[in-house]
Formats: sequence, C-alpha cells, structure tokens
Amino acid sequence: MFSLTARACRDLLGSGEVSSTELVELYLDQVERVDDRVGSFLLVDRDGALAQAAAVDATPRDERLPWEGVPIALKDLLCVEGMETTCASRILKGYRPPYDATVVAKLRAAGLIFLGKLNMDEFAMGSSTENSSVQLTRNPWDLERVPGGSSGGSAACVAAAQAPWSLGSDTGGSIRQPASLCGVVGMKPTYGVVSRYGLIAFASSLDQIGPLTRDVRDAAALLDLIAGNDLMDSTSVGLPAPLVMPTRTDLTGLRFGVIREFLGEACEPGVREVFDGAVAAIHAAGGMCEELQLPSVEKGLAAYYIIAPAEASSNLARFDGVRFGHRSEGAVDLIDMYNRTRSEGFGEEVKRRIMIGTYVLSSGYYDAYYTQAQKTRTLIADDFRRAFGRVDYLISPTSPTVAFGIGERTQDPLAMYLSDLCTIPANLAGLPAISIPAGLSHGLPVGLQIIGPHFSEQGLLEAAYAVEQRLGLSALPSIAEAGR
Amino acid sequence: MISREEVEHIARLSRLRFEEEELERFRHDLSAILDYVNTLGELDLEGLKPTAHAVDLKNVLRADEPGVCLSQAAAVANGPAVEAGQFVVPRIG
Repeated sequence: MFSLTARACRDLLGSGEVSSTELVELYLDQVERVDDRVGSFLLVDRDGALAQAAAVDATPRDERLPWEGVPIALKDLLCVEGMETTCASRILKGYRPPYDATVVAKLRAAGLIFLGKLNMDEFAMGSSTENSSVQLTRNPWDLERVPGGSSGGSAACVAAAQAPWSLGSDTGGSIRQPASLCGVVGMKPTYGVVSRYGLIAFASSLDQIGPLTRDVRDAAALLDLIAGNDLMDSTSVGLPAPLVMPTRTDLTGLRFGVIREFLGEACEPGVREVFDGAVAAIHAAGGMCEELQLPSVEKGLAAYYIIAPAEASSNLARFDGVRFGHRSEGAVDLIDMYNRTRSEGFGEEVKRRIMIGTYVLSSGYYDAYYTQAQKTRTLIADDFRRAFGRVDYLISPTSPTVAFGIGERTQDPLAMYLSDLCTIPANLAGLPAISIPAGLSHGLPVGLQIIGPHFSEQGLLEAAYAVEQRLGLSALPSIAEAGR
Repeated sequence: MISREEVEHIARLSRLRFEEEELERFRHDLSAILDYVNTLGELDLEGLKPTAHAVDLKNVLRADEPGVCLSQAAAVANGPAVEAGQFVVPRIG
C-alpha cells in the first residue's frame, strides 16, 4: 500500500476501491507511526484533511475532478489561507496567511487534500534541514543522517510514505539535493514556469517551486497541476504546452553531456560508482554520452553565495515585528524594537546570510561583489548555452556525497555550502533540472541530475522517464514498509 | 579578515544585535565566506553584461483594472499590536 504513487491513489479513488477518507487516514496513520522518528511534519492538519476528504467522498465519482481526493503535503514556506506558515522560523511563529499561494490555490481547485506543512531549513537557507528552528528531520534511510535540505521534510515525507507526493522549493538545489539524499524524484522547473506568488521569498531571481514524488510520471503530473502564467507574479511565464505523461522508453538519438567539473575530488567514490552505472544504463538504452567541460560552473557556488544572500538580505527586511509574526517586548523605541525582534527571531544561518548580503550590497563593495557575481552568472549561462548546442541534456551526480551524519557539517558553513555544488548552476542559469534515484551506495540513495535547456520540461521528463525505466529502481527504506 | 568595526557596522545596517562572542564568531565566518567568494576575482569577466534574471522577459504589462483584494481586517489580522485597523508601533526614538 505504501509504495503508492499519487497516480495509484487517483486510480484507486476513481475505481471506488478506496474512499478519500480511507486514503487520507492511511497517510495520517503512517505520519502518526513514524513521524516521532522522521520529523517531516511541522503541522498535521488531521481535522482539515478529513473534512476535505469527507466532502470528496460525498461527491459522486463521475462528477469528481481527476485528482480530487488525492492527498499532498507542503513545504512550510507556501502560504495556505488560515494555516500556520512559519518557514520553520521563530520570527513567523503563529503567522496565518490571509491568502493562498497560487500553487496552493491551483491544487485546492484540483481537489487535492492538504495533509499539513513540512519541515525545512529556516527560510530555506541550508542543505540539511538542521537550520530549522523547530526540529530535526532525519533521513528515512538512516535516522542518524540528514535528509538534505532545504526541502528536507518534503523529501523525507515521500521517502517514508507519509504522503504520496509533496511540494518543495529550490533556490540552489533545495528540491534536488534532498530528493537525491532521500531516494525520491525532485524537479526544479525552468525559472518562471511556476508562479512564486505566496512562496515566502528567499532569493527571488532563483526561487522556483517544484514537485517531490515517488517517480518521474508523478513529477510530470504534479508540475502540470502547478505550472502556469500568473497575474500575481510578473516573472511567471508558464509552459509552452500542457505536459503529457512521459512514455519514452529508449534514448536512441539523444546526446547527453557529462559535466566533468562535477566529478572532481569533491565527488565521493561511491557516488561516482553509481553515477558511472547510470551512464552505462543510458548507453544501453541507446543514448550517447560524452564528457563536456563547463569551466565556469565551478564558480557557481561563489557567485551564488553573493547573489542569494544579497537578495535574501533585502527580502528579509520585511520581518520587523510590525505586521506579522514575532515582536520583541520591552523595546524603548522603534529601532530598538526592530533590532530586538530580528535578533530574537532569526536563527544563526539566517543572520549569517543577511550579514553577507548586507555587506556585499553596502556602499563601496557593490561592484566588487554583486556586479562581479552577476557577470559570472552571464558566463555560466553562456557556457550552458554552448553546451546545449552540442548535446540535448547535461548529467551529473545531484550531490557529491550521500546523506551525511547529523551534526557533521553544522560547525563549518562552507562545508555545508559545498553540498549544493552540482545543483546551483541550474538556478543561476534558470534551467530546468531533475534528480532521479540512480542507485544505492552502502545502502544510501544516490541521485542522478539531468539538466535541460530553458522550457524543455516535456523532453527532460521523457528522458528522465526512459532512464528511470532502465535503472528500474523502486527500493524503499524499511521505515516506509513498516505500515504494510 | 574583516574588522570588528565592519561587523558592527553591517550588523547596524542589518538591524541585528550581537553578543560579544557572537560578534567574534561572525567575524570569523564572514571572513571565511568572503575569502571564498573572492575567488571570482580569478575570472576574466571583461565585457560581460551582468545577469539579473536568467530568463529573458520583456516588460510585462496588463490592464490596470481594480480587482478583489484583502479586507483591511484580514490585512492587519496578523499584526502583533493593532488598534482601529492600524498597526501600533513603539515611538520613534
């Protein structure tokens, strides 16, 4: 039961084999059974979900929408009207958004049921979910290891079968890296495919919302539900055409470029081994693979750690204790209230990024840092453009390592940042990228990243589907099987 | 290594306040991160235009028509201190 894809949930509802109430209870029971160990959920909306399910069950089956009654869980930076939304930060404790994010409104209109809100690194800043101010999330494959981040709850809940699928957000790898570490599929769409309205902003020129799912077809289905141009986000474009279910099973005629820079010394031998196996599988399926050099991508990490903090320092200026969330008591005047509120409300990594961002944007440093980083961004985008003149898709490991131990990198911010080495360039260039499970190294999942040209989602999903069929991986961590 | 005065200055601009030992830790962390991002200096970026947005968009326009928006009550409902539909703040120093 618990290896169910969202499509299987839909089919069981459609045939009448299960009611929406039964389905929702199944997942809520699994949350109850394992979440004290996994810690995916910040909020479980049992009553709301069951009320939604009862309403679905009261509607005749032939009058329902295709996905009506299928449950989903949401990263806690997506605004849901009336449901506490905190970004796992003290500063937003108790915040109940007065409106739905566009993606939430779309899912609501499609009849999906919201199980609750998922843990994350505070304001999506981190790669292990250890920066949550609320709780740890543990990797369902090994509870002593991190699930990755920042969408750690979104990845762990799918891996532990606490939800059939979830939404996360990806600024520098925050969907793909945890998907890789937890053995699920995670996709970051082309910048602009999905509206960011109601996504609490981290770095606005990089943020995209995307699906975390059990397989590639579910990712296609969920992306199709949330994609689209939106009046409320002037950077949103949508997709050139609605997505259709991927059906491709061979890769004949497709050219893949292996990004050599991501196979350097940072890449663990065990990850390399699984990656080489995936390359062999692509060959076996008729695809061509060649190594390519993209020299600029190695500088992606440095450019990112200027651009993302700069945008964050500006976006997070709104948290000042006036309109929402935490306000410090006992301040003598307004400025004092700002200082106290922000110092009490933000965690250490968020403060670190605000400080870096403020520094690089401050008078006298702007050109040396910010302009330099934006030019590097141009260089990276040009390198990708040239590469896509030679090959159809680029591939690499999603993460240079498997899931690392809890606490292992918390004392060294730079070591933590290195987790996103392979994922950041796609954000800087605005490209779509997907991570699919490629195998296990010492019992821990390794993800394969496939990057495509702008707005190539349909083709990218077809290619990912064909690779997925060839790799044929369907392993689940034992904790997901417990409830069977 | 950036100076302690610089860290204090940035903290002031950021509206953040730090304890003594936090200041020292941030000085150390920020210096390490800035050293790392400074490796961009090795690149030849001559003649390149800065990219602010990865996907080329022309000006996006729409008709300026009034639509539905939040009520005043809903807009201030999350305020920590609200009176008569307004946010209340401490006096300006």
